[in-house]
Amino acid sequence: MTDETETPRPDTVDLAAELEASGVREVLDELDRELIGLAPVKQRIRETAALLLVDKARRDLGLQVETPTLHMSFTGNPGTGKTTVARMMAGLLHRLGYVRKGHLVSVTRDDLVGQYIGHTAPKTKEVLKKAMGGVLFIDEAYYLYKPDNERDYGQEAIEILLQVMENNRDDLVVIMAGYADRMDRFFSANPGFRSRIAHHIDFPDYSDGELLHIAETMLEAQNYRLDEGARQAMVEYVALRRSQPHFANARSIRNALDRARLRQANRLFNEAKGPIDAAALSTITEPDIRTSRVFRGGLDVDRLNRKEAAE
Amino acid sequence: MRITQGCFSFLPDLDDVQISNQVEYCLNNDWAIGIEFTHDPHPRNTYWEMWGNPMFDLHDPKGVMMELDECRKAHGDAYIRINAFDDERGIESVKMSFIVNRPATEPRIHMQRTDHVDRAQKYAWDVRP
Repeated sequence: MTDETETPRPDTVDLAAELEASGVREVLDELDRELIGLAPVKQRIRETAALLLVDKARRDLGLQVETPTLHMSFTGNPGTGKTTVARMMAGLLHRLGYVRKGHLVSVTRDDLVGQYIGHTAPKTKEVLKKAMGGVLFIDEAYYLYKPDNERDYGQEAIEILLQVMENNRDDLVVIMAGYADRMDRFFSANPGFRSRIAHHIDFPDYSDGELLHIAETMLEAQNYRLDEGARQAMVEYVALRRSQPHFANARSIRNALDRARLRQANRLFNEAKGPIDAAALSTITEPDIRTSRVFRGGLDVDRLNRKEAAE
Repeated sequence: MRITQGCFSFLPDLDDVQISNQVEYCLNNDWAIGIEFTHDPHPRNTYWEMWGNPMFDLHDPKGVMMELDECRKAHGDAYIRINAFDDERGIESVKMSFIVNRPATEPRIHMQRTDHVDRAQKYAWDVRP
């Protein structure tokens, strides 16, 4: 402890060396490597990283004493990688020395808000204690605030959160995530949050090409591959699935692939008449994807609803 | 009279930074932290009152320090100690315990000697203000 105060302050800072030494570059490379698309998000994160690195350098030179506000909001549709990016952000902040431990605590309304009077505060505090030294990720944060019920316990959680976001800025970073329009409404109803959140990052939807790329990356990670027909079917699948309800970008793709693997396993069982080789075990063919309900107009319940709406 | 129990009790009282560092050490060993307080510091009193539940899933001492601050606010005139519990199989007990708060004026431990049958002597201790 005493050593730190006695070392003289450096006169110059080498930003490139600082970037290498802090390990931030690794996180940024990982971000580029593991996330497909999301160019604006990557750009924003790179900018934020640069800002924080410069801030750190300024602190080392004694130019800056205040910790910058680091709370963020991630807006975007489901399945656009908000949680994944939050986890990388936690690693980034840890390496830059803005949070001490760099773990991510992911919560929703249920984890913060209690069921009866006097239950909310201890519950919220418990979560905050867990998140100290790391990043608290509140998914679908707008559910905390229910304007139609003024006795909703969510308000209590909001007040505690606001207080901690202000007083414990050195100890934890809060990231709130959710749909863009509902987050906007949430922030306009709770101006306290808006003023305490410095970085707003918007997650765009994936394009069809990117989703196909994601599908192939996911399969590759599990040692599967699509044959030519299946690839073509997947292209059509992505385009069709997008127009149907409950489309959740990469998450929909993951679910689709899980079901395709199920059908592939079934097909192998029914067709196999002798030993099967590794290639057959790891190839997903056109019928595995074509049999999806998406090609027949989506889920039955949804079709029913639409028919009723039409009538 | 200064009560000496647990670790560090012959040293000057730990300040908050030192307490925080000790807690950090405990968390690095995967020990769960519990905060307890009492007004009866008799060494035979093993039943201190718990301040909330033991904290099993913390990563950072700040969470403990927040609870400790709350406990001091509510029971500033009590003895408060921090227990570190090791849940490893075969150990399952408190591995480290130290006092983090004392009342401004500590009670003294008084010794009472009485005669017993056949000139035997019996000794007892009690806590007196």
